[in-house]
Amino acid sequence: MCGIAGLIHRGTNADIGSEMTAMLQSIKHRGPDSTGFALYGTGLQDQYVMRFKVAEQEDVKKGFRIHDEMKARKRAVDERLAELGVEVTSEEQATEYAYRYVFSFDGDLRRATDYVEDIEGVETISLGHALELVKDLGDATRVSTQYELGGFRGTHAIGHTRMATESDVDIRSAHPYWAYPFNDVAVVHNGQLTNYWGMRREMERRGHRFMSNCDSELIAVYLADAIDRGEELEGAMWRSIDELDGVFTYVVATGDRLGMAKDVMAAKPMVLYESDDFVALASEEVAIRAIFPEEIDTYDPYEGEVRVWQS
Amino acid sequence: MAELDREGASFEMGMHTEQLSGRTQQVYFSPEEAENFTYPEAFDVDFNRRTEIDAAELDSGAVNRKLRELMEQGYGTIVVKNPGAKHSLGVGILNRLQLYFEGSLGYFGCGLIDGPNVRISGRVGWSCAENMMAGTVVIEKNAGSVFGAALRGGDLVCKGDVGSRTGIDMKGGTIIVGGRTGAFSGFMMQRGRMVILGDAGVNLGDSMYDGTIYVGGKIAGLGVDAVEAEMNALDAQWLERKLRLYGLEAPRGAANMTKIVAGKKLWNYDNLEPTEKKLVL
Repeated sequence: MCGIAGLIHRGTNADIGSEMTAMLQSIKHRGPDSTGFALYGTGLQDQYVMRFKVAEQEDVKKGFRIHDEMKARKRAVDERLAELGVEVTSEEQATEYAYRYVFSFDGDLRRATDYVEDIEGVETISLGHALELVKDLGDATRVSTQYELGGFRGTHAIGHTRMATESDVDIRSAHPYWAYPFNDVAVVHNGQLTNYWGMRREMERRGHRFMSNCDSELIAVYLADAIDRGEELEGAMWRSIDELDGVFTYVVATGDRLGMAKDVMAAKPMVLYESDDFVALASEEVAIRAIFPEEIDTYDPYEGEVRVWQS
Repeated sequence: MAELDREGASFEMGMHTEQLSGRTQQVYFSPEEAENFTYPEAFDVDFNRRTEIDAAELDSGAVNRKLRELMEQGYGTIVVKNPGAKHSLGVGILNRLQLYFEGSLGYFGCGLIDGPNVRISGRVGWSCAENMMAGTVVIEKNAGSVFGAALRGGDLVCKGDVGSRTGIDMKGGTIIVGGRTGAFSGFMMQRGRMVILGDAGVNLGDSMYDGTIYVGGKIAGLGVDAVEAEMNALDAQWLERKLRLYGLEAPRGAANMTKIVAGKKLWNYDNLEPTEKKLVL
């Protein structure tokens, strides 16, 4: 089933960490297995922020050796980044197995991420000037508390509560999906793509790598590929309505935009609230009510509809 | 417009007038036996006794249990404040009752009801009044998809816009939409009437067996076996009377609405083999 949500403040920033936590917690019944946040901070002009993990949450419970392995993997990441000339300016350990680095780098970003990913057990969760992607097992409150997301200020965010149906209950299979290795593009999706493998092979022939076997990742890569080739986000989303097959409602975020698209069957829900300075959307209205307890006007976007908002 | 050719007591009452002709129609009880219109365990309520519930801190089950307790105490008018778009509120009420929701409902609101008159000042989520059997449900704002799915009777009215698959599998009653509807509205409709004052999405009335759909705006596309029929005076009079009850009117006049019915070539209306049916369709 899964629950998806998005919000964007236009012309200002706010505590999007707390807002998205409240939204996702109210729809945790749609997916209790894992929760993910893609938060867009106020932006680092010349620097990147990278979130990565050195083990799965479940791995940490399995024995004593894993703790030494995690330390070794973290050392390997540091060595490889230094080898590439990456200058890490800030380092935070979010959990025992997850880190947040801020760094300066003017080299080949794809090569750098590939080199880090090549270390066994290490996965880059997100990378960009504004995007910070956090996902882990458990409900929104648990993940938000674990990663201290309350008080995170930014312009826009998307989130996901996952009910695992076709892949494992682990961080790698959790949403949102970052469009590896493109800056700042993330997607959450409710539905199923039936032409996933065909389109994935098409993307792979263009040189894109996939980090999971989840169909939602395809949407992120598909849109990032289009943007990378000079296409506008909204145009790529309209095209996706025709080219992606299946039932889907997805929400996408880039460095300064939030968008939603619904397939022509309109079989997956979405409720939308829009005002001049704020937009919130979610699988269920209760998520919007979690941050707007007063009476507001909401509506369902229609079949084949695409909307994009700028921060 | 075709001439009015049929009048009757039910028409005078503003009720539906269609002849029930389906193969599976069966009469289970005599309408003269008044006791059959009331459930054996129905509560004797007084509409003049009014009370309120604040749902802000209650879950859906607690709100529904509270409604039942209040009906048992004889309250006939109940106002629910702060429903907060919670799911499954006001379901399974098999009783006379005036029920007001001051706010919005989530999914499955007022499903499986038989008898109450419900007014909702906000919006409703997916599957509002699913399997409703009698009574009225009036929503002041918008509604989600699958609005009035498998509706069996009563009036379901949304004054705003409604999502996709409105009235899917409806088996009776009336659905009125003040704005537009999404795709596949009236999908597999079997009986009853749907009135859409605005535009209708693609595949309107797809695979409908029977029933009537009236559209005041543009139709993006008809579904399989849905065909346009001629409006007659009976249609226009019924529409005007029904819409007036809810303070609505057709934008171009009731007589200028488009009437959609089943072509009756798709399901159970012939003895053709599937291969022969392909030739016909």
